[in-house]
Amino acid sequence: MKFRAKIIDVGCLNHFTRVVNTISKLTKTCILRLTPGNLYFVLSGKIASGGVSMWCELSQANFFDEYQLEGVAPEANEICLEVTPENLSRALRTAQNAKCVKIKLTKKHCPCLTFAAELPTLSSVSRVVTHDIPVDVIPRRLWHDFKEPSVPDFDVSIYLPPLKTMKNVVDRMKNLSNFLVIEANLNGEMNLKIETDLVSVTTHFKDLGNPPWGDDGSQGRSHSRDPELMAQTRVDIRKLQQFLMGQQVNPSKAMCNIVHKRIIHLILLHEDVSLQYFIPAVA
Amino acid sequence: MLLSTHSQTVDDNYVLVASLDNVRNLSNILKAITFKDHAIFNATPNGLKVTVEDSKCLQANAFIQAEIFQEFTIKEDSVGFQINLTVLLDCLTIFGGSTVAGVTTALRMCYNGYGYPLTLFLEEGGVVTVCKINTQEPEEPIDFEFCSTNVTNKVILQSESLKEAFSELDMTSEVLQITMSPSQPYFRLSTFGNSGNAHYDYPKDSDMMELFQCSKTQTNRYRMSLLKPSTKALALSCKVSVRTDSRGFLSLQYLVRNDDGQICFVEYYCCPDEEAEEEY
Repeated sequence: MKFRAKIIDVGCLNHFTRVVNTISKLTKTCILRLTPGNLYFVLSGKIASGGVSMWCELSQANFFDEYQLEGVAPEANEICLEVTPENLSRALRTAQNAKCVKIKLTKKHCPCLTFAAELPTLSSVSRVVTHDIPVDVIPRRLWHDFKEPSVPDFDVSIYLPPLKTMKNVVDRMKNLSNFLVIEANLNGEMNLKIETDLVSVTTHFKDLGNPPWGDDGSQGRSHSRDPELMAQTRVDIRKLQQFLMGQQVNPSKAMCNIVHKRIIHLILLHEDVSLQYFIPAVA
Repeated sequence: MLLSTHSQTVDDNYVLVASLDNVRNLSNILKAITFKDHAIFNATPNGLKVTVEDSKCLQANAFIQAEIFQEFTIKEDSVGFQINLTVLLDCLTIFGGSTVAGVTTALRMCYNGYGYPLTLFLEEGGVVTVCKINTQEPEEPIDFEFCSTNVTNKVILQSESLKEAFSELDMTSEVLQITMSPSQPYFRLSTFGNSGNAHYDYPKDSDMMELFQCSKTQTNRYRMSLLKPSTKALALSCKVSVRTDSRGFLSLQYLVRNDDGQICFVEYYCCPDEEAEEEY
């Protein structure tokens, strides 16, 4: 098992830092899956995490100037680590204006991801800040838990409104209720609703548009659907808030797929990064 | 317009409809009196009065005149209800209460009378939020019987000067003592905290002092915990009038200028701390 990578370009470094920061806002721990072509941050929907799952995919070539990987075995050329994204984010914070950052899988007292940031100096002596971040190596027999989730057979798929607007609304609703109903139809309309003993609040978004999903399955149910008919799911409002809080960049595309009364599937696309987030329904 | 089509159905039975182009003109002033959940709303053709009370010792009133609203229609002489102010404020600021120039949230507020919820229609950038907040039977606000003929001392200050003093007040002191006198020290704020006593004196000819009308030396103590909420009003205001009556009751009137330059008033009444009076 061997992994080493290097970022030189400051744009790439900032971009990578933003992605890691976003992940760290979404979850305390997650799986970092390293393959020859990609990095994945994965959270599988365990009960402990409230059933939320996440899948974030980055193409390594867009971030790293050097990238060497030797997986656990030739037929399984991958490494799977359990990491605390907050630690990664903290290491990257000190590397903000580094000349280069090297990331290496090392064996210290325990397996570590070692971040070595070479900082600019005025003298000839180099300054290097090193963070050893403890990680857990996930054995191969558990890998099946961290496969890419399939797009659920949704009832309605809709583009999200500007995330900042949505965040403001959800933040206020969070003060009023623990649960939120998100509903949408194929007419580009989406509503966020809460209802308590004291108050009921509904925010209506319209003209959002519905993404055209190709013929590759997954849109089966929405084909012959009445465009006015709402598909709705009631979710834990904190999970949605967490998702919205983590967003540091306005993605080029943000979508939401709703499986009526079962799950919402949020997708953000930003250049070469895609983030998928699944929030299960609560009764 | 979105708002009007949405509200068509409720308009028939309303007893009160009030609209604002900029919801901040209402939400900001309500923030200045938010220290308890329950607020008593009383609407008359003159406008809206919102009252919040604490421990029968403190009362805050916000007045929003009918002219502040773009539309203010009331079908009865007086409409009253009680509502959860924290919930109302969350609803009014549902779009985040943006301060970005040119981005405002419009509000249309409807009430159909006793037993009905207060309905709010809020719109920003084409997005509409409808809120229905349950109302309760209004309680009668306490009458502090503070009447201007009994006022012993009165000063009007630029809020700026009080803000500074309040931000530096020793909050470990249980009371704030206010001395007003026709002779020195004229206007004095005193605290008695863990780290010693502190006095703030305002000379009567200070630029910050717009009016000084003190007829008799008066020293009263007020619970710091009761006065603390009034700093929210102070922060928003440009002028403040401090008055005490013969019983030592304190009235603080804040003049608040809203985003559109219109003037509203917020007023706090506070009872003096009785134990303290015996010491003096």
